[in-house]
Amino acid sequence: MEKFGFTLTKARVIDYDRNDHSIVDFIMEREPSFKACIECGCCSATCTTGNFTGFSLREINVLLKRGENDQVRKKIKKCMLCGKCSLVCPRGVNTRNVVFVAKQAFQKFDNYAV
Amino acid sequence: MTGSVVVVGGGTAGMEAAGQLAKAGLSVTLIEKEKYLGGHLREWHHLFPDRRPGDEVLSYLKNQIIHNNIRLLTGEGVEGFQKRGNDFIINTRSGDVVKADAVLLTTGFDLFRSERKEEYGYGIYDNVITSSDLEEMFHSGEIMMKNGEKPEKIGIVHCVGSRDEKVGNLYCSKLCCVTAVKQAIELKEALNKCKVFCFYMDMRMGGALYEELYREAQEKYGITFIRGKVSEVGVNFSKRLVIKAEDTLAGRPLKMELDLLVLMAGMEMSAEGLKLAEAGKLEIGENRFFAASDNHFGSNKSNLKGLFYAGTCTAPMNITETISHARSAVSDIINYMNSDRK
Amino acid sequence: MQFDPFVIPFDLGLYFILIYAVTRSIIWFRELSRPDKLRLQRGFFGKAFGQSLKEIFLESLIHRKILKSNLRLGYMHMSLAFGWFLLILFGTIEADIFGEKHLNAPYKAIFFKFFNPDHGKTPFEAGYSFLMDLILAFILSGLVLAIIKRFSSKAVGMKKTTKLKTLDKIALTSLWLIFPSRLIAESLTSGAYGTGSFLTGTLGSWLASFLPASQMAYPFWWLYSLSLGTFFVLLPLTRYLHIPTELFLIFMRNSGIRTGDKAGSFSEVEVHSCSSCGLCIDTCQMNFSAGINNMQAAYLTKAIRNNTETFDIAQNCLMCGRCDQICPVGIELSPIRMIQRRTGDSEISYTNTWKGYFREKQHLPVKKQNIRNSFDFLPESNPGKADILYFAGCMTHLTPSIKIAMTSILNASGLSWSFIDEKGGACCGRPLMLAGQDKEARELINYNSQIIWKSGAHTLVTSCPICYKVFKESYYLDVEVLHHSQFIKNIIDDGSVKMNFLHKRVTYHTPCELGRSSGVYDEPREVLRHVANLETTDFDNENSLCCGGSLGNLMLSQENKRKIASCTAAELTRKNPDFLITACPLCKKTLAPVTKYKVIDLSEIVAESIVTPAVLKKNTYRFKKTVRESVGVEKS
Ligand code: SF4
Ligand code: SF4
Ligand code: SF4
Ligand code: SF4
Ligand code: SF4
Repeated sequence: MEKFGFTLTKARVIDYDRNDHSIVDFIMEREPSFKACIECGCCSATCTTGNFTGFSLREINVLLKRGENDQVRKKIKKCMLCGKCSLVCPRGVNTRNVVFVAKQAFQKFDNYAV
Repeated sequence: MTGSVVVVGGGTAGMEAAGQLAKAGLSVTLIEKEKYLGGHLREWHHLFPDRRPGDEVLSYLKNQIIHNNIRLLTGEGVEGFQKRGNDFIINTRSGDVVKADAVLLTTGFDLFRSERKEEYGYGIYDNVITSSDLEEMFHSGEIMMKNGEKPEKIGIVHCVGSRDEKVGNLYCSKLCCVTAVKQAIELKEALNKCKVFCFYMDMRMGGALYEELYREAQEKYGITFIRGKVSEVGVNFSKRLVIKAEDTLAGRPLKMELDLLVLMAGMEMSAEGLKLAEAGKLEIGENRFFAASDNHFGSNKSNLKGLFYAGTCTAPMNITETISHARSAVSDIINYMNSDRK
Repeated sequence: MQFDPFVIPFDLGLYFILIYAVTRSIIWFRELSRPDKLRLQRGFFGKAFGQSLKEIFLESLIHRKILKSNLRLGYMHMSLAFGWFLLILFGTIEADIFGEKHLNAPYKAIFFKFFNPDHGKTPFEAGYSFLMDLILAFILSGLVLAIIKRFSSKAVGMKKTTKLKTLDKIALTSLWLIFPSRLIAESLTSGAYGTGSFLTGTLGSWLASFLPASQMAYPFWWLYSLSLGTFFVLLPLTRYLHIPTELFLIFMRNSGIRTGDKAGSFSEVEVHSCSSCGLCIDTCQMNFSAGINNMQAAYLTKAIRNNTETFDIAQNCLMCGRCDQICPVGIELSPIRMIQRRTGDSEISYTNTWKGYFREKQHLPVKKQNIRNSFDFLPESNPGKADILYFAGCMTHLTPSIKIAMTSILNASGLSWSFIDEKGGACCGRPLMLAGQDKEARELINYNSQIIWKSGAHTLVTSCPICYKVFKESYYLDVEVLHHSQFIKNIIDDGSVKMNFLHKRVTYHTPCELGRSSGVYDEPREVLRHVANLETTDFDNENSLCCGGSLGNLMLSQENKRKIASCTAAELTRKNPDFLITACPLCKKTLAPVTKYKVIDLSEIVAESIVTPAVLKKNTYRFKKTVRESVGVEKS
């Protein structure tokens, strides 16, 4: 059952202006193809991890772009870097490097080991 | 008015243009590599958005070219051409030489060969077909799987060979979304028990009455639209197709068993057109279609004076647009004959 | 006692470099791991010693490998190294025979002419002078090539030459000055005394005809000595350190020491042995197809030596191994790159100390590690019992024709087999390893190992060379790991399946991970010869090209991948084959979109040509006994 009213929950809105965009800026600089993602979901459909867990590369991409880093941080290490996603992406996004660079960014900006 | 024009390609654009040029008094040679005229139009059972039979448009076009000024060369290809002064000399494949004052290329498009998307299994699994195969089924009136049974669950994949960096086609083929909707409706009409699912990245319903058709597909025919690009197709133990996609709006991966999968194959510059482009040093655009000399007011003109384009050899277009484009080419040609050429 | 102050710079330089070389060798030796120390000791007093001497002669002096791949470049290196060696050797002998006494100080040999200006009068002496002149001419010819190469790298056949740092430039100038100054000094002295042979004699008498030869010679002897001294003192700071280091490397390698997966003495010696010859740059497809030339092995070794940033250089590489193959020094470049990729995890690094004359090992603080498992979500999986396991691999799921072909081949073989990842499975772990993330890779390896173990199979067949390599090298498995090309060869050899000959002309692309990386070259070719006419290409076997799609490079853009793929496909289809055949799903996926030729996997053409379908006779294929069986443990 959803608890509401009794616990303090964060508002559901994406607070775009207050979110931290340093991670996404870092990724876009190091892997420009990231900008071309259209959230088609092809990568997450083919992804082995995505079929077992709540991990979806497409979702990670969009969350990063909105600055919702907390959610990404928890999930991103589930990627096996297998590269299936980059073989199907219709936009030519270098998906493996997006994950790799994102991990680096977390390490760099909030010393969070991933 | 006098003068001669060679029209290369006897599809919709070529036929319409040949007819109009002939009416204007020019003598026209229409060269078509197949035995029959009509090009891809002949493959269409019904057209969108109003689902009138393709044959109606075809017979209109056939009437257009019944004219004394038109010489037909069917079953004949063009090997190359040269421009000497203001004259064009066209060499046909069988060795003929045709002289002309102007040339109109209406070489059209090739359907994307879906085998190239190996993960979709066209040519590997029996029940994966293309939109063009499905039109043929509509023609024959028998929509069935390889084993002769009627399919109950049918999937349609949008953007096969278009908007796909992996096959080198970054552009949108523009017609396949509405084709998918039209075919979904027709499937539903033909097999009213079946369920139809369209897997799309974006629904591009920009033409007249397209959006209305989309709505009708949902409301009247109960077609399901799922936003997610299909990543791969496989078969399960009972040899039924299984597709994988992400339902991006639900945010979860989706698996579905299907009896029949229809791939909305995109349009590509025709191999014939590319050959001519190379032979005649014609400019091609990033999408490999002929590059018009101006996107806004010169969409029929090429980089070579006296050589014009019409129809889908310049970009994906529907029938309506192709016919208009052919007519605008005719007006450009007439202007050229009257003033520029002199 | 013959002495002149001008020899002092040379003497200082020489003693400095000798002491330095000994010290540095001791440091390197001390830092070796215990087993490696033992290896080196055993090697030094064993047969490796002879081998090393032979190799030093062939590679460090003659430069045989460079000669093989590039004649002019090889000649340049050989004339400088071998010529100099001969000059010293014969100079010493000369000083010994013709000098005033035997066993001279080294400077006597080097400056012999100065101290024995009228040497060369008797026919025997003249003959010897002729020999010395010949050697000098040999060196000078190489020097001319070297100078031309510096200013236009086309001249010796190389496309790209390595960039220099300032110290290198000074050292290079002093190196260049050594032999011309010797030539002029000797010539002037000879001119003054009417000695010398065809080179120094002729030049000398001509110079003496209009110059005061005896006065002018002295400054040139100084110049000669100074250039030598400067070169020796600067040597440790420059890339020329490779000359002495390579000797050490050869001994270490012949004693059986390998790079391994951590930085250490051996990798240090290796990076210092790079002569910056640039062959790795020429051979790299990143360079000649994609126009990227700042990340090749030569730049990596340089960045490591100079302690500059290596992250991007290390990452931006296909790991195709073409440079390992061509490096004339035999540096294990891929392992070194992998060490660099792992630096995030490793605790060792090196920094330059003493103005760069020495390097110090440093222990890095270990980064905060995430100890949670990454892949604990993977479900328990039970493949069922079978003799043979087939692991298609992630990529093969995107090339269903390979899966289908392998299914029909395995069925036709009549063996009991099971498809482990039919519905998709975990990754083999190699992609993570290639990204330098070994810890995570280990998790996947453990997961897959369990599945394989449970099945009780004795053979594991995989369609993907990437999986093949990691199964073979990094899994501790009690099964025979075969790439499908090897498996198919086995079942053809033992007669389990018969093939029709399809009259098709094919060329074969050797996948990097299968060929250079795992050494499987012949099996795929033999299989192909059973079913089709196999044509050769300019890039077969060890010299094969990378398709460009390599998982080894995370950074490479799709556009550049495509460029590399197009070049490769074009090269391999020069003979207009009916099919371009490969043995890797990733190569197939990469090459297919960039060529009009049909690209298929080896398994597809085999499946096409199998005569006898399934069933038939009992299979006779004999397998390697598993450890469990041979020690008598029941297959459970
Ligand atoms: S496949 Fe490519 S475009 Fe589609 S969601 Fe993934 S990264 Fe974005
Ligand atoms: S590389 Fe990562 S995100 Fe891509 S398919 Fe493999 S596990 Fe999924
Ligand atoms: S029209 Fe629709 S299906 Fe066709 S390419 Fe464009 S978006 Fe894709
Ligand atoms: S790494 Fe090897 S091939 Fe490359 S420059 Fe150094 S010695 Fe030459
Ligand atoms: S491994 Fe291949 S891509 Fe990397 S530097 Fe060597 S030749 Fe170039």
